Amino acid sequence: MSPAKQTNSADYLRMYRQMVRIRTFEDNANQLYLSAKMPGLTHMYSGEEAVAVGICEALTDDDRITSTHRGHGHCVAKGADFKQMFCELLGKAEGYCRGKGGSMHIADQSHGNLGANAIVGGSMGIATGSALRAKLLGQDDVTVCFFGDGATAQGLLYEVMNMAALWKLPVIYACENNGYSEYTKTAEIAAGSITARAEAFGIEAFKIDGQDVLAVNELTQKLVARCRKGEGPFFIELETYRYHGHHVGDINRAYYRSKDEEKEWKDNRDPIIRFRAWLVEQGIASEEEIEAMNAEVEKDAAEAVAYAEAAPYPDVSEVDMHVYAA
Amino acid sequence: MREITLSQAVNEAIAEEMRRDPTVFLLGEDVAEAGTPFKVLSGLVEEFGTQRVIDTPISEPGFMGLAVGAAMTGARPIVDLMFGDFIFLVMDQLCNQAAKIHYMSGGKLNVPLVLRTNMGATRRSAAQHSQSLQALVAHIPGLKVAMPSSAYEAKGLMKTAIRDNNPVVIFEDKLMYQDKAPVPEEEYLIPFGVANIKREGTDITLIATSSMVQVAEKAADLLAAEGISAEVIDPRTIVPLDEAALLKSVRKTSRAIVIDEGHQSYGITAEIASRLNEKAFYHLDAPVLRMGAMDVPVPFSPALEDVTVPTPEGVAANARKLCAGDMIHAA
Repeated sequence: MSPAKQTNSADYLRMYRQMVRIRTFEDNANQLYLSAKMPGLTHMYSGEEAVAVGICEALTDDDRITSTHRGHGHCVAKGADFKQMFCELLGKAEGYCRGKGGSMHIADQSHGNLGANAIVGGSMGIATGSALRAKLLGQDDVTVCFFGDGATAQGLLYEVMNMAALWKLPVIYACENNGYSEYTKTAEIAAGSITARAEAFGIEAFKIDGQDVLAVNELTQKLVARCRKGEGPFFIELETYRYHGHHVGDINRAYYRSKDEEKEWKDNRDPIIRFRAWLVEQGIASEEEIEAMNAEVEKDAAEAVAYAEAAPYPDVSEVDMHVYAA
Repeated sequence: MREITLSQAVNEAIAEEMRRDPTVFLLGEDVAEAGTPFKVLSGLVEEFGTQRVIDTPISEPGFMGLAVGAAMTGARPIVDLMFGDFIFLVMDQLCNQAAKIHYMSGGKLNVPLVLRTNMGATRRSAAQHSQSLQALVAHIPGLKVAMPSSAYEAKGLMKTAIRDNNPVVIFEDKLMYQDKAPVPEEEYLIPFGVANIKREGTDITLIATSSMVQVAEKAADLLAAEGISAEVIDPRTIVPLDEAALLKSVRKTSRAIVIDEGHQSYGITAEIASRLNEKAFYHLDAPVLRMGAMDVPVPFSPALEDVTVPTPEGVAANARKLCAGDMIHAA
């Protein structure tokens, strides 16, 4: 990691805090699943925090993102509140989507999150269309399209990258390559190079360490600024790792990846541990300050979980509300 | 009143709305200089420029997806889908994305877009350029479906669709683009969910959509010559459906045939007939009859294609039987 720029201390601490908030949110979500308090399943973002935070910290509230089925991290990083997120996870009326979306559609729309999408690759058109709208209406916001390595197998990506490149749209395609396409190694489903696919359309593409939040943030800041000047689109492949299985129920996964491999990523490449060590080494925060921050986030999460558990479900009369807009 | 073609009516509606609202734009294959293969959009690029009349690559899922994203963030896209058959290519973006986003977001995001496409057989275009797929779309909650039966409806429904805050799919009959009808010079809109009684009658109700309205009217002429008085109703939108108007008519006439150019099985006709049976059963003197396209892929040969769609003679023959109390479908 590069040396600290002292003026950025507040930014660094916010990045750390946001990463811890994601990890803590996911730990609580997993517990809600394991204790059978959460309806359905969920897909954990743990291990990939530096991607969402590094990117979203380079965006403003006017900038848009589209998220995925593994979307809690994007949601937190784009400014969402724990209480409304846990309410949504539990299907409660105060959830961001009034309990109609759940884990796979969770989004704080007021911060520019256009939704988590449960169709793999399903939001690539939406993100590109948001960028088309910005260009058409003369607005200078940028849209980031998050998707996984598995989604690179969807044809939609190549249709929309073609149009984004033709029309120089302000969109950044952020491919979170966590090495696995559901239960299959990415190497078994992706031929050739992923970045080369974007380059074939004349899109500038970057491959970076997705566990290094500063590297992700610095690159994104540059690309966002260039997008605002009409130099988009861009493509980033971020090498990262998902600590859990494809979803919370995917426990016995030795048939597709080894415990040793998981241990290697957790022990030696964890984005939070790495960044914490760097913050201390650079004198930006002391161990005590970091522990205090962690404890504060844990307390926030515990309170939000308790709040959501006690919160009411939507009234049954809401079932046919919001089918059509007025 | 002046008469213009259905094609001109669509063009006028879009031009008027684009002048009125700078967030309205068009995208699709060959919509700009070519003005579409049917020339419906000719002249729009000259007035509004290539920024707002956008020629796309042949990437239906891609540009449909772009429209969804643009609609969610403040624009009002009109997607031109060259043939209704291509709707299968955009199903994920239309049915999994556009239709559900308002609901899945708890009402916080809107998707105000129009997908204009076409339907209709007997153009000798075979099975992949002739389908009438409105039932597929009407099946999905969150989508609205309009089916104009003349230039007048085409203009008024298009303007309403563009101002609607939901995804609306408009099916135009591609054989009717050159058909003329009286269309006022002054602005008008046709509200969704309001059926039009095209012709009043007392013995039987013919509920018909799009091109089938002409078929029903011709059938009504044939029947009138024999002393059978047929009422012809055009629902104009399938979703929302003006169920009250249909029920009122059927309660009066006690008989009904529902005619739509989609395949007969599991179709629009089945849905409407079923509602009439559920809600007007004790007013009926005969079973409600469905008349759709045959359940075969649309064939190429004129000799085969022409027998796949309802005709005025066929509708009149069935109406005659219903009014005489004869069985329609012997086992």
